[in-house]
Amino acid sequence: MNAGADDLAIRARGLTKRFGSLVAVDHVDLSVPRANVYGFLGPNGSGKTTTIRMLCGLLTPSEGDVEVLGLRIPEQAEELRKRIGYMTQKFSLFEDLTVRENLEFLAAVQDIPRVQAAKRIDELVVQYHFEDRQKQLAGTMSGGQKQRLALAGAVIQNPELLFLDEPTSAVDPESRRDFWEKLFDLADAGTTILVSTHYMDEAERCHRIAILDRGVLVADGTPDELTRALAGRTVEVLAAQPRRAQQMLVKVPGVLSVAQIGNTLRVLNESNGDAAARLEKALADAGLEATVSAAHPNLEDVFVSSTRGRVDKPQERAA
Amino acid sequence: MNLRRLFAIVQKELRQMRRDRITLAMIVGIPVMQLVLFGYAINLNLRGLETGVADQANTAGSRAVVMDMVATGVIDPTYSATTPQELMEQLRRGETSIGVVIPPDFERRRFEGREAVQVLVDGSDTVVQSAAVQLAQLSLSTTPTTNLGPARGGTGQVAAGQIGVVSFYNPERRSAVNIVPGLIGIILTMTMVMFTGVAIVRERERGNMELLIATPLSSSELMIGKVLPYAGIGLIQTTLVIVLGVWLFDVPIRGSLLDVYLAAVLLIVANLTLGLLISTKAQSQFQAMQMTFFVFLPSILLSGFMFPFAGMPKVVQWLAEVLPLTHFLRLIRGVMLRGASLVELWPEVLALLAFITVMMTATILRFRKRLD
Repeated sequence: MNAGADDLAIRARGLTKRFGSLVAVDHVDLSVPRANVYGFLGPNGSGKTTTIRMLCGLLTPSEGDVEVLGLRIPEQAEELRKRIGYMTQKFSLFEDLTVRENLEFLAAVQDIPRVQAAKRIDELVVQYHFEDRQKQLAGTMSGGQKQRLALAGAVIQNPELLFLDEPTSAVDPESRRDFWEKLFDLADAGTTILVSTHYMDEAERCHRIAILDRGVLVADGTPDELTRALAGRTVEVLAAQPRRAQQMLVKVPGVLSVAQIGNTLRVLNESNGDAAARLEKALADAGLEATVSAAHPNLEDVFVSSTRGRVDKPQERAA
Repeated sequence: MNLRRLFAIVQKELRQMRRDRITLAMIVGIPVMQLVLFGYAINLNLRGLETGVADQANTAGSRAVVMDMVATGVIDPTYSATTPQELMEQLRRGETSIGVVIPPDFERRRFEGREAVQVLVDGSDTVVQSAAVQLAQLSLSTTPTTNLGPARGGTGQVAAGQIGVVSFYNPERRSAVNIVPGLIGIILTMTMVMFTGVAIVRERERGNMELLIATPLSSSELMIGKVLPYAGIGLIQTTLVIVLGVWLFDVPIRGSLLDVYLAAVLLIVANLTLGLLISTKAQSQFQAMQMTFFVFLPSILLSGFMFPFAGMPKVVQWLAEVLPLTHFLRLIRGVMLRGASLVELWPEVLALLAFITVMMTATILRFRKRLD
């Protein structure tokens, strides 16, 4: 278990899934190191859920090799199921069972002996703050509480690997923060976590992220690596007439995107030449009053640059 | 009332309907099925009732009487026997509905104007019982006078009233006796198929299924575990109908109670496997209910619960043989009303076991612990 390859919890090569003529996941290569929080970033329909389902053996890949926790998937999927936790995108616990009944059911399904299970559930109830709610029906809880319960259920057997499919999509910001604290606790204890999200702030918290766009892996690395690669390409424009400036700037060659944030415009450029100088000139030529300054690239810029670039290559588009 | 908005709703409904194949099938299927089933099934003029004949006289006259009875079309002499006891055995096992006994002293009885022929009938179905009574009232004065026998040339034609009817199992012709055992089957068919069908589809609809299949649960644990509680509910329902039937309607249980429950278990399992198969096919709870209805309707009409089996055309009878309820009805009426044992009724047991095997195989082939 000390060989280099075993530091990876997940290794996928050429992972592909076709539904009829639609290519949902297109030759994705993935390497997820152990005890990491690995983020899957992508818009809706980018293939995040399909990829996760293939990795935990719920869907059979059309093509590609997958090895998860040293097991070949989908062949050894049954064996894998004892060692992973999976939190579905939609709340999938039983709404007409209480908090404790749900956890008892999951413990039994995971084959945890009765006495041990009771102890583990008591532990989880405290950790996940359900002391007063053990007898509450799961269906009557708030989004944040449901999601906490789902996480407690997914880790009841102390899985080595945890798949979380957009766990925070229906949750308020404070619950999200709490939730991420829990994830880092788990990662700290050695659990590998693969979490999909479409929130940039969540992606920024991950040790590593992969960006999926229409089934294709377009970027992969630590958030820092990815943003650093964009150095010099992001520019902030403070304009007197931001709407007009935006309309003009999108037409400037080399500009990938212009996003308005309050009165400032955040401009992402292609990597050729001095973007700031070019924009200043363009603004002046158009007679628009504006100040241009360099900005630190963030993950949103990474996301935009890696997905915008592909619009020009329609042959890669799914179906 | 804004016509444009009204039309928008109408158009939306039609578009959705077009995409819902099962509803579409029901729009056409229900009237066609109802018409065909009711049209064929409701036939109270029974023909071809399976009959055993014990002609102990075996004279030309007795053979002529049997031939006259057969000529009415009501009976079909499938079995022959030598003694009335044998005929009663056949009745009990459900092989025949009617037995015709002609005693050795037929000719003398006929001559003396006494009852010369006896018709034994399984009265557990009151319609069959009526048919037998009608058969006995046939005036047999058409008996050919050319027959060669001791009574030849005399007044010895079998006149009306010389055929006696002995009704077994339900001589008082109480319909509750006929209906209550069948009701067990009807209730089990409706609830068991629907409960399992809906129970599994509901989990898929609510997203629970994705969670379940991502756990170490095996397919068989999942399926058997889902079905077992319903089997228990089925047995409770059976008990309820039996207790109420005996208590309120004085329905007899002439066979062993164990056999009654074994028969119920067979039907429960058959219906649960059918429900499971439906659940692998249905996309929503509503669809599961629709599919249940497609099974339930023919079950009620064709199984022999409402209308006698013998009254239906052959093709419809073959169709009815596929339904588990048909076989269960024969079992439960045999055990409860005629005191038969499951061993004697083995063909029906075999049919139910075959149904279960086929449904189970189809379900296992269809159910994958995968999402695709």
